[in-house]
Amino acid sequence: MTINFEVNGARRIFEGDPFKRLIDVLREDFALTGTKEGCGEGECGACTVLLDGRPVNSCLIPICQADGHRIETVENLGIPERLSALQKAFLEEGGAQCGICTPGMLLAAAAHLKAGGKADDLSIRRALGGNLCRCTGYQHIVKAVQKAAKAPRKPRRKKA
Amino acid sequence: MRGDAFSMRVFRPASPAEAVRLFAQNPDALPLAGGTDLMVGWNSGRLNGRAVLDLSRLEEWRRIEVTDEGARIGALATHSEIESHPVLLKRLPLLAEACATVGAVQIRNRGTLGGNVANASPAGDSFPALAVYEAFVHTVSKEGRRSLPILEVFAGVKRTALRPGELIERIDVPFLPQPPARQFFRKVGSRLAQTISKAVGAGLLWLGRGGVVLGCRIAFGSVAPTVRRLRSVEECLHSGRLTPETIEKACAALSSDISPIDDVRSTRLYRMAVSRNLLRAFLTGRA
Ligand SMILES: Cc1cc2nc3c(=O)[nH]c(=O)nc-3n(C[C@H](O)[C@H](O)[C@H](O)COP(=O)(O)OP(=O)(O)OC[C@H]3O[C@@H](n4cnc5c(N)ncnc54)[C@H](O)[C@@H]3O)c2cc1C
Ligand code: FES
Ligand code: FES
Repeated sequence: MTINFEVNGARRIFEGDPFKRLIDVLREDFALTGTKEGCGEGECGACTVLLDGRPVNSCLIPICQADGHRIETVENLGIPERLSALQKAFLEEGGAQCGICTPGMLLAAAAHLKAGGKADDLSIRRALGGNLCRCTGYQHIVKAVQKAAKAPRKPRRKKA
Repeated sequence: MRGDAFSMRVFRPASPAEAVRLFAQNPDALPLAGGTDLMVGWNSGRLNGRAVLDLSRLEEWRRIEVTDEGARIGALATHSEIESHPVLLKRLPLLAEACATVGAVQIRNRGTLGGNVANASPAGDSFPALAVYEAFVHTVSKEGRRSLPILEVFAGVKRTALRPGELIERIDVPFLPQPPARQFFRKVGSRLAQTISKAVGAGLLWLGRGGVVLGCRIAFGSVAPTVRRLRSVEECLHSGRLTPETIEKACAALSSDISPIDDVRSTRLYRMAVSRNLLRAFLTGRA
């Protein structure tokens, strides 16, 4: 089956098994290894990507369901030389330790802030409720998101 | 074992008519909506070699339509769409609230109401609300269309009354003729997000002059193989006043309406106690 979709702003074509999981297509076919697999059952959120701007678990999506849709992975948030305010805040606040949960946390948090979500403790914890972290104890992650919420918005690159 | 993509056959109908035709020709195919139940099973390797009928292109079934009588919720409407729908929030708040407690945002962005119903888990969080609103599940197959009262859809743990080749196309939820005096939805789990209910309940209560109970509908989930309307409790309350004695009688009647079990998430005793507390809180006006 041929799947036409958009990944991080670029048109992509995938030819292969329609039931290959989105996470495996991203990692194996497009070398986007920022997206991590934790549980493979929808519980941990390590595999979170944005589908048409909304956080979803890429371990639960067969690639056929991405046909005609827009996917964003952590690679789209920023690059080491030019990090997003959210990524900077995670570094500064100690929001990342081993890093396995971080891509998912960043995308879930980015979607929450972009959608105009509130920056109080409870709202952030609710928005990140589907993302487990075994290292930080969450406190630093919440602080990082709050810090990013206060940062002035940088003008973003125009999408194709 | 893991899911083996190579072993799967996938149908991707572009219209409901095509979906029905393909399902009639392939009655063993597994319908796929948001995949938040199905893909968990698939990832574990249990569904290898199966055919899948992917419904996700059926835009017609994604819509939420509001009429004078109620809401027609397409089977593919997601929990996120329902919890944020302005009319549902106002007119069917218990359903909107229930959908808002499903999983976490990633699950709600994919998981559908039709998939929740078809999966028929004893802990399906939308069911008590659908039961007190007396929703109808509309199905379609090569044989034609059916409309089933929500309580008749569930045949047991993870079993429905759906026939081979039959799909849920939408769920109709009538608006209430009179606004209730009191209503409640509560989900009890071990944490706020991503939690499977130990008990989940919804209730509506209409009161007349002098506090006489004119009507009441209460339903609980996770405390029996399928969602239960509390018929004995409702009968206890009808036409009387909510005196402490009546309330205690109603709470005692609860044990004939539900049959909780011990499992990994909780115990029979805990579920019974927490259900009784939820009921008492509702009837005394504390919930
Ligand atoms: C981490 C996690 C947390 C969860 N938390 C909750 C929770 O808190 N509360 C809760 O109630 N559920 C929860 N669930 C279960 C699940 O998300 C919901 O039941 C969801 O509504 C299922 O919808 P879906 O579209 O993803 O179904 P799918 O997985 O696509 O399908 C589920 C089943 O229904 C069948 N089916 C789907 N659509 C139709 C249709 N239109 N006609 C006929 N058959 C159909 C499929 O063949 C399959 O058997 C959770 C799941 C996960 C993975
Ligand atoms: S790997 Fe997808 S949710 Fe855990
Ligand atoms: S930083 Fe290690 S799991 Fe979150």
